[in-house]
Amino acid sequence: MTAGLPFNIPFLAVVALISIGLFIILTQRNLIKLVMGIVIMESGVNLFLVSLGYRTGGIVPIFTHAPEGVMVLPVPQALTLTSIVIGVATTALMLSLIMLTYRHTGDIDAEKSRRLKG
Amino acid sequence: MDSLVTHSSILAIAIPLLAAFIVPLVSKVGDKARNTVVIGALALAEFLVIILARDIYLNGLHVYTLGAAATDLTIPEHYMVPVRIILEVDAMSVFMGIITTTISLAGAIYSISFMKEETGGDRFYTLLLLLAVGMLGLVFTGDMFNFFVFLEILSISGAALAAFRTRFGDATEGGFKYIVISAVGALVVLFAVGILYSQYNLLSIAALAQAIQYTALDKIALALLVVALAMKLASVPLHMWAPDTYSVAPAGTTPMIYVASQACLYGLFRVLFSLYGVSLDTLTIGWVVIILGVLSMFVGVTMAVHQSDIKRLMAYHAISQSGYMLLGIGVGLAVLADPQALASYGREAISGGIFHIINNALYKGLLFLTAEALFFALGTRDLNKMGGMFRNMKYTAIFFIIGALAISGVPPFNGFTSKLMIYESVYNFSPVLAVIAMLVSILTLASFTKAFQSAFTGPALPQHDNVREVPKPMLIGMGILAVAIVFFSLFPSLVVDTIVTPATDALIDQAGYIGAVMGGA
Repeated sequence: MTAGLPFNIPFLAVVALISIGLFIILTQRNLIKLVMGIVIMESGVNLFLVSLGYRTGGIVPIFTHAPEGVMVLPVPQALTLTSIVIGVATTALMLSLIMLTYRHTGDIDAEKSRRLKG
Repeated sequence: MDSLVTHSSILAIAIPLLAAFIVPLVSKVGDKARNTVVIGALALAEFLVIILARDIYLNGLHVYTLGAAATDLTIPEHYMVPVRIILEVDAMSVFMGIITTTISLAGAIYSISFMKEETGGDRFYTLLLLLAVGMLGLVFTGDMFNFFVFLEILSISGAALAAFRTRFGDATEGGFKYIVISAVGALVVLFAVGILYSQYNLLSIAALAQAIQYTALDKIALALLVVALAMKLASVPLHMWAPDTYSVAPAGTTPMIYVASQACLYGLFRVLFSLYGVSLDTLTIGWVVIILGVLSMFVGVTMAVHQSDIKRLMAYHAISQSGYMLLGIGVGLAVLADPQALASYGREAISGGIFHIINNALYKGLLFLTAEALFFALGTRDLNKMGGMFRNMKYTAIFFIIGALAISGVPPFNGFTSKLMIYESVYNFSPVLAVIAMLVSILTLASFTKAFQSAFTGPALPQHDNVREVPKPMLIGMGILAVAIVFFSLFPSLVVDTIVTPATDALIDQAGYIGAVMGGA
């Protein structure tokens, strides 16, 4: 891996996305915003996986009729795809639960719609 | 028979998975057919896990490579490292597998009569089977990425089950908390997996364990994994979701969601012992685990004492009991690098912790089921609105007594045996910790005496005059667990020798875990 400023930009973006996501999760009380925070964090992790596998000037990792040269790593891409699919399922479930909570309490504020305590 | 044993690990995951998606179709035929498919699939999985366990105790670690010419061909020709998906099942994994399938089976049987009162049974059983698949996959997998995938499967199905009774507002809230905690936890796990992959280009736990250097990045990955898994297993101070989720999850699934968090406990131990192993600063990490354990034990039980909601009370005790396991295994981890201390008390501490996992899954499972039976019969979870139920619900009361005595560590019940192992070994390490553990045990007894007294003795309230014993499938579900508890209480040494000691050896033996995949390394 050749170090250098342009190469590090994806990783800086990863750190930024994950920090923003965590910050939102920890500070926001609106449940929809909470889910947004989780999705942002998820994008950060996915970006991290993809940029791990990137090789400068690499080509698409398909073996048949591949031209000479460095290939990018295919494994992290497969992992990212799986992770995206799982992320969609989680997000859908979270949003539908928020919808039900809203029906019961008429509010999506984490403090006001809270019933379980102690 | 031989080929059945060879393929048993993947079949135990694949059969419930297949059944999960057949269930909605079979439901069109009728409820009886659906129940048969569900119970049949889980019973088959249990059978497969048991023959797999027998094979592992006789012949040692079991490796299954998906898609390879031979199932034990972990490293393809012309390759240096494993690239295929590998299931690696040692005595510790199969020990967790036995717990998982037993509790799932009891939970599914118990749910039959519960589901008569509810709608959407086909989806309920799909989720229940997926939860079982997630747990089995989590304990059987041999690589870090599938660890993440199965963690998500069990989280999503667990959260959907917890929120299943959507007509109650608190159910959706409990489910939402669980999915948020799980989603964040799983993302953190994935990030840690990414960090490990970035350095070694490996995903297999065994190959990673061989290559690991314990660099600064590895330490970050370790910290992330420990935090995420501690959150998933509801260890204090990351326990906030557990009482909410456990108290709203329907009937038979509460013990399963609880066992799912025990599977995450297994994941933590797998990471600490097999992935990092002796390359760790074991004394420091051991103390971290011990402190998590002591905090969970103590905070869990003190929060439980004043609860008036019976399922919340059970949930706080569940947190408290997880502390015992963390304590026992933490002590073992702290002395892992010191062969003499390990032989004199470390091994005993780990065995105690592992034995406590199965004991706890049984009696805690039973107690959750009795609590749910009370809720089912009375329509309330509030202990102050119960009373005198001993006359109306004799069997439930007896099951409750068995569970309560076992959890409080009263001899001769199984909880006593494993707690004694933990006390004795921990005393050698640090007497203060042993004293705290005993104190927690006494508080547990006090709390359960109170709960029993409020629910089952005293005058019955007039509105509960017509309350009857819960239906038979519920009693059978509880009965399976009660019989297992009595068996474990009568023959503790048999159980320890056959399943607990091999699990301890497997957990300590990192070289064996690596060697099975990397070949003679």
